[in-house]
Amino acid sequence: MIKFFLMVNKQGQTRLSRYYEHVEIHKRTMLEAEVIKNCLSRSKEQCSFIEYKGFKLVYRQYAALFIVVGINETENEMAVYELIHNFVEVLDRYFSRVSELDIMFNLDRVHIILDEMVLNGCIVETNKNRILAPLFVLDKMAES
Amino acid sequence: MALKMVKGSIDRMFDKNLQDLVRGIRNHKEDEAKYISHCIDEIKQELKQDNIAVKANAVCKLTYLQMLGYDISWAAFNIIEVMSASKFTFKRIGYLAASQCFHEGTDVIMLTTNQIRKDLSSPNQYDTGVALTGLSCFVTPDLARDLANDIMTLMSHTKPYIRKKAVLIMYKVFLKYPESLRPAFPRLKEKLEDPDPGVQSAAVNVICELARRNPKNYLSLAPLFFKLMTSSTNNWVLIKIIKLFGALTPLEPRLGKKLIEPLTNLIHRALDLLYGMVSKKNLMEIVKKLMIHVDKAEGTTYRDELLTKIIDICSQSNYQYITNFEWYISILVELTRLEGTRHGHLIAAQMLDVAIRVKAIRKFAVSQMAMLLDNAHLIASNTQRNGICEVLYAAAWICGEFSEHLEESNQTLEAMLRPKVTTLPGHIQAVYVQNMVKLYASILQQKEQAGEKEAAQEITQLMVDRLPQFVQSADLEVQERASCILQLIKYIQKLQIKEVPVAEEVIALFAGELNPVAPKAQKKVPVPEGLDLDAWINEPPSDSESEDEKPKTIFHDEEQRHSRHRQPEIDEEELARRREVRKQEQANNPFYIKSSPSPQKQYQDTPGVEHIPVVQIDLSVPLKVPGMPMSDQYVKLEEERRHKQKLEKDKKKKKQKKEKKGKHRRHNSLHTESDEDIAPAQHVDIITEEMPENALPSDEDDKDPNDPYKALDIDLDKPLADSEKLPVQRHRNAENLKSPDTEAPLVGKKSKKPKKKEKKRKEKEQEKEKKKEKEKRVTEEGKKTYDIQGNLQNDSQVTVSVIFENKSTSFLKSMELNVLDSLNAKMLRPEGSSVHDGIPVPFQLPPGISNEAQFVFTLQSIVMAQKLKGTLSFIVKNDEGSTHEKLDFKVHFSCASYLITTPCYSDAFAKLLESGDLHMSSIKVDGISISFQHLLAKICFYHHFSVVERVDSCASMYSRSIQGHHVCLLVKKVSNSVSVDGKCNDSTLLSNLLDEMKETLSKC
Repeated sequence: MIKFFLMVNKQGQTRLSRYYEHVEIHKRTMLEAEVIKNCLSRSKEQCSFIEYKGFKLVYRQYAALFIVVGINETENEMAVYELIHNFVEVLDRYFSRVSELDIMFNLDRVHIILDEMVLNGCIVETNKNRILAPLFVLDKMAES
Repeated sequence: MALKMVKGSIDRMFDKNLQDLVRGIRNHKEDEAKYISHCIDEIKQELKQDNIAVKANAVCKLTYLQMLGYDISWAAFNIIEVMSASKFTFKRIGYLAASQCFHEGTDVIMLTTNQIRKDLSSPNQYDTGVALTGLSCFVTPDLARDLANDIMTLMSHTKPYIRKKAVLIMYKVFLKYPESLRPAFPRLKEKLEDPDPGVQSAAVNVICELARRNPKNYLSLAPLFFKLMTSSTNNWVLIKIIKLFGALTPLEPRLGKKLIEPLTNLIHRALDLLYGMVSKKNLMEIVKKLMIHVDKAEGTTYRDELLTKIIDICSQSNYQYITNFEWYISILVELTRLEGTRHGHLIAAQMLDVAIRVKAIRKFAVSQMAMLLDNAHLIASNTQRNGICEVLYAAAWICGEFSEHLEESNQTLEAMLRPKVTTLPGHIQAVYVQNMVKLYASILQQKEQAGEKEAAQEITQLMVDRLPQFVQSADLEVQERASCILQLIKYIQKLQIKEVPVAEEVIALFAGELNPVAPKAQKKVPVPEGLDLDAWINEPPSDSESEDEKPKTIFHDEEQRHSRHRQPEIDEEELARRREVRKQEQANNPFYIKSSPSPQKQYQDTPGVEHIPVVQIDLSVPLKVPGMPMSDQYVKLEEERRHKQKLEKDKKKKKQKKEKKGKHRRHNSLHTESDEDIAPAQHVDIITEEMPENALPSDEDDKDPNDPYKALDIDLDKPLADSEKLPVQRHRNAENLKSPDTEAPLVGKKSKKPKKKEKKRKEKEQEKEKKKEKEKRVTEEGKKTYDIQGNLQNDSQVTVSVIFENKSTSFLKSMELNVLDSLNAKMLRPEGSSVHDGIPVPFQLPPGISNEAQFVFTLQSIVMAQKLKGTLSFIVKNDEGSTHEKLDFKVHFSCASYLITTPCYSDAFAKLLESGDLHMSSIKVDGISISFQHLLAKICFYHHFSVVERVDSCASMYSRSIQGHHVCLLVKKVSNSVSVDGKCNDSTLLSNLLDEMKETLSKC
């Protein structure tokens, strides 16, 4: 199962965080700092999976932004690895060429996308049209 | 109160929204903390207001600050307020904030129970969805207890969107309130067979998680999971199920047996993936892993499968990924230890191929083969056809042909003459006999050159003594060769006794090296300038020569013939010149067997010399391996070698930097970027070596201008331009519209429903084939057009009419059309035939003729467009004979093709719109230049709609799908932009239809 889903930039600033099990707020900041330190220290040649404390980290880098997902030992790293890319593709479709700023300015919308894809730590939807459907409904409501 | 409202909305105009907050934080990098605390003060003010929009905005900002690490738990009550907003836009902000900061310890959480229950049962699926998502983050034991029943009801909701979410949340509920597990379990089990794959996979997820804790409880589900495993196409779900079975099998040993078959199928699928995965870097590692599996494998079928995969992977694209052929030879030799394999022949073929084509490896290969011959008794026990003894065939041939590399030739010869050899299959013995002479010849030469006459005679005696056992062979081939050779050896013996040196002459029997020639080599030889291959060398015999038919011209004819005979004799000078030219040509032609005494030497003196591989004998590589070789050691050696290479390269790089000189990197298009760093252990250049010296540059290699399929390299997905329309098509369209009922094999005549069909060209493909015919080129063209029509009588079938037109000059017959079925769309095949069987086209096509055939497809869902790939295979018959050809094509089922033009009256139309059952969606297209009338005609024609009513630049339209979806459109045109509002029972169908319409309109 997925324990947390993070987007952190190279400077260590969190751009999105979602915890599927409660973690206290001050522990979150510490965890995020450590996680990004772990990812930054790795070269491109090294694989995208790291064992970290009790769980595994699966990460992918997009420009200056890292997406790091913490999973437990039963979750499939490969599936999560693909999920990350799928997530980015959905963002890309919604924001048409997504950038870090899009994610910051529209944090709530990014959360909607993520919540459509991952629920209770499980991958629940991967179809881009279906993921974006509620968001389009929302946008239409906001327009009218 | 009114004043307060006004004040609220004015205030709101000056409030920061999330974007402003983010921008502000970025602009206050120096005093971020101060700025944020200022913002929090503002937010606190905003939260005190009554206006829910202001509150929601404030909470949204808090969510961002919470992500930055600020505690927002003080706003918990306000968050609950926003959660209870009636508007979804606000509600979801509240739930988002709650899901980020609420936890079991949040005391106000109890206040949410009723609100959540209300949201869960909301008629709006997104209200329910957002409540479920939020709940997954902050469910407490109390909430779980109070809401378990509501969530369980949602597991049977009509919408899969809600069902799958409910199923996943149930897991959290079980954790917090375990008492709910038993009552909810039957329903969860039901969900394993849900028609929606998403719900199914959610249920698998939950049960797999549950089963981790107590697998025994879930044993009863094994048959259900077994069914899922064999039917599911979702690989992630499959992996989960297999893991689950991993936990179940120790508890129920009988399961293991049942699982073998489906699991081997899956493994085979996985093995196929390996092809694409290998690179120079990982090949050795992958093969090593496979070899371990070969050792462990039970059952020969699986082991043979692994064996062929190893060989396929290694040999793909001319051994592209092999950097160390010594390693590969050792792998092949290791594979000979497999007992009971059926692929001895395959291994043998690889040994021969590598030894012949990779010159640098011959010495090593010969030493390994000699060892195999020496240990033949280990292998020969399996003499069944294609058994492992086949490798002895290769071993004997390699040792004979490349005997100059043998170190212990005498020993090898003796091994080949052992009596046990006669138990081998005949064709192998025959190769033994032939190659022992080659070996004998080279030994003889060695001994004679060394002046060891006695040793030379001894070896001859050995042959004379041992050969008779082959002469007695029951196999004709062996017998014949052996007796022939025995006589030869006896003759040599006589000469030896007279002390006549014979070795030179014996070795001459086998002189000449076998050079591998690439399949494309011939084509690469450029046609010499001035040579016209189409010109006649001699005048063709004229028809007038048949004398008995035209007896009157006999004298005249005679004269002509005389002059023709004389012609070549006329000019001696010309002859000499021609001879010179021919010699020149021959010199340039590697395939011409030259008259010079040692053609081989000359060949090597030509510029091809640099391609001859140089073996770098690495002393760390054990050339002579005691017993059977171990490929493993090469993996380690290779790593060391690569490391060394890298170090050297780095050094060089540094040097280069100092010198500021950029050397050109060695061009090698075959390598991927990451592979480029790895230079092979042996310098192997198979491709270049097998080409003639003056071969043309090979960049055109893959784009052979004569490739019959080159013309098929067309982007079929590209929207068609007007100029691409085929003339035939237009003609057929008109014809079909006039008589729509002429071809309706599927429409029952008793039906009272309007039999209305529309034909429409969806897409055309023009396919060309070119064929090379001796030196002349003949262009052939085959062409296909098709259309798709829905069938009102059967809601899941469409008929595809395909027009086959033969544009070539050849006769086409035995056409067979096959389509790769998708999950949703399948070609209707006669009962009993498999999905791989094509459907024969019921006619043949003489040149220039076209005909139409119909194929029926069944579809499950019509809400989305479909694309199917297919192949048409056929036999091309012309004067030269027949060839088998194939054409690939794609069939595009657009959503519009599922619509059937159905008239609708305006009152029925109005009723339909009022009913409120329809989903709504709209598009807008700008830059339309055609008239509104014309536009409507296009929509009617291409999208199968009919006009219900038209008022000026506004029209309502209607159509119906084959599955009975109503589709209503309102089309409006204002100046150059057109807006289309659509309503339909199915939102996906509607949005797809509108997308297609947008495509059409944007071309207007």
